[in-house]
Amino acid sequence: MTTSTTDMAHDDHGYMATGIKRWLFTTNHKDIGTMYLWFAFIMFLTGGSMAMVIRAELFQPGLQIVNPDFFNQLTTVHGLIMVFGAIMPAFTGLANWMIPMMIGAPDMALPRLNNWSFWILPFAFTILLSSFFLGGAPNFGWTFYAPLSTTYSNGSTAFFVFAVHIMGISSIMGAINVIVTIMNLRAPGMTYMKMPLFVWTFFITAYLLIAVMPVLAGVVTMLLTDTYFGTSFFDASGGGDPVMFQHIFWFFGHPEVYIMILPAFGIVSTTIPTFSRKKLFGYSSMVYATSSIAFLSFIVWAHHMFTTGMPLIGELFFMYCTLLIAVPTGVKVFNWMATMWRGSISFEVPMMFSIAFVILFTIGGFSGLMLAMAPVDFQYHDTYFVVAHFHYVLVTGSLFSIYAAAYYWLPKWTGHMFNETLAKAHFWCSLISVNLLFFPMHFLGLAGMPRRIPDYALQFADFNMWVSIGGFAFGLSQLIFLAVVIKCIRGGEKAPAKPWDGAEGLEWTVPSPAPYHTFSTPPKID
Amino acid sequence: MQGHHNKQTNKLVRKLVVIVLAMFGFGFAMVPLYDVFCDITGLNGKTATEAAQINESGIDTDRTITVQFISRTAKEMPWEFRPEIAEIVVHPGETKIIKFYAKNNTLVDMLGQAVPSVAPGRAANYFKKIECFCFEQQFLSGQEEVWMPLQFYIDAEIPTDVNTLTLSYTLFDISLSDKASQASTPEETAIVES
Repeated sequence: MTTSTTDMAHDDHGYMATGIKRWLFTTNHKDIGTMYLWFAFIMFLTGGSMAMVIRAELFQPGLQIVNPDFFNQLTTVHGLIMVFGAIMPAFTGLANWMIPMMIGAPDMALPRLNNWSFWILPFAFTILLSSFFLGGAPNFGWTFYAPLSTTYSNGSTAFFVFAVHIMGISSIMGAINVIVTIMNLRAPGMTYMKMPLFVWTFFITAYLLIAVMPVLAGVVTMLLTDTYFGTSFFDASGGGDPVMFQHIFWFFGHPEVYIMILPAFGIVSTTIPTFSRKKLFGYSSMVYATSSIAFLSFIVWAHHMFTTGMPLIGELFFMYCTLLIAVPTGVKVFNWMATMWRGSISFEVPMMFSIAFVILFTIGGFSGLMLAMAPVDFQYHDTYFVVAHFHYVLVTGSLFSIYAAAYYWLPKWTGHMFNETLAKAHFWCSLISVNLLFFPMHFLGLAGMPRRIPDYALQFADFNMWVSIGGFAFGLSQLIFLAVVIKCIRGGEKAPAKPWDGAEGLEWTVPSPAPYHTFSTPPKID
Repeated sequence: MQGHHNKQTNKLVRKLVVIVLAMFGFGFAMVPLYDVFCDITGLNGKTATEAAQINESGIDTDRTITVQFISRTAKEMPWEFRPEIAEIVVHPGETKIIKFYAKNNTLVDMLGQAVPSVAPGRAANYFKKIECFCFEQQFLSGQEEVWMPLQFYIDAEIPTDVNTLTLSYTLFDISLSDKASQASTPEETAIVES
């Protein structure tokens, strides 16, 4: 199969279908990357509008806009869409666009598989979103704990399970493609330790994906048979155990959070050296730190479950392992700062997002350390403190890094410079509103406001109003980004092959916009 | 060059697909592994799934342990279900019989299954049941009532800092589920109540 696929791609040189067929049948990594990125942005706006309804409901205490069941559906689908529909496809899109260009390969190694991995995604999310109109969307939280998702499901479990299966298959195929591309298609002379760190982080992420996405597929299959075919994996009356669900889910779930942050590390490790006009400080320590984070992610899962009645020894084991992750992460933050140290820094928009990433991701990392400590986790568990924590790492972490990447490579993708004033407006509006949105959540959580509840006690009213205002402002600010991108595609100052003078890497040796086919003959690396 | 690449690519893809399939299998393998792990360590409040032998190790009259009994019915289980007493003080090694009352409040025949759990979990392995209604499914016809026996002792080896044990039973309605047709002594599991 692969033989014919590669030959096809080879024969396609110089030929490009037009109209919708170009996008439906394309095997070109740049086309597919573009589709991934647009899909991720559309999903981001979809999941974001759900968050807007959630924040509108929480603007004041009491129930105003939606009923509690619909509120639960919104929080669940918001989480699922942002994780599987926005962050992960955005990273896959970046991988598609940039990895072949960075390692001097003509395309991804399995171009037709690549087309498939993308085109099954819209079906997955159509299934998931259609459940809103077919008796109610999943309402059991994106973590779909049994028995909420089995015995007490509203009938949406089948939609959920099949949607997740398709997303999982898509991610696995994408990951296989990334691994094969990196291992087999590097230009002559590009050894592993010469690969850009961006490529390294996606390489490790792809291994995480093929290790844990199948486990997710397994656990949702058990859920399906428990709900519809009378098995008892998680049903105590039949000899199963609901706590086991959490073990299997978080065995997937914890590596999953690193799947969503390791590529971000790769991105800022690319942008920060560029705009500091220095080499990345501690390249090899970055590679080893990324690998150790990936390894540790497999032995910390039960820190999500401290309150399930684990024995003390278990709590201690998972607590210490989790705290250990702070070491390689600290190495990374130190290296980024050391890269900036005495650099001739300029503050272009990608750099601004990268610096914001380093600071705000570190805040999210610190609240993660607080949550990792078993004795205090009993207070923080399932409160808004947790919501604050993972939004700091996923929004100001992963999302900000994706924005940094988008601004960094937009000139390469479109051939035009973006409108710097608008882009700076996007940055500052996002930065201020995101902190107004998520920072007070720490205090709400410490004061005891539970997450996933549509109503709250009166003493939380003021903070919630601020948070909601921050939420609306952050949501609107993202439309500025849409405007910047559309303007940049339509026109603007012509971008040179290398618009950032400190940039390094093979992608800057090709003209802007990058030609449809690049590196048909591999470049020489010395 | 192209042919060389393809052979390499196919080989690598095959390896990666094997990893994917193995990890899919591993997800399911976690189910028995979890049970084995809990059996060995006694974590998670799991008690033994088979009747214990009569205790011969002797009674430790120096110590007393309070055993509390909790019973509840699962959601939509219409039976009445309670222990005859809320707690009892025993010496380690001493054998006791406690009765639990169950009544089918409906007019139809029903099948129930009680699932035990012990807290603290690390004491679960020392709680020995010689006879327990939870080893069997309970069949009660409409309005029928029954006193069900539990004969137990606490192993004298129990850690000295454990002074109170809680034994919790949850009674499930399994009349309609496929589980009713399975073996008459389903494996016991626990709901962590601590």
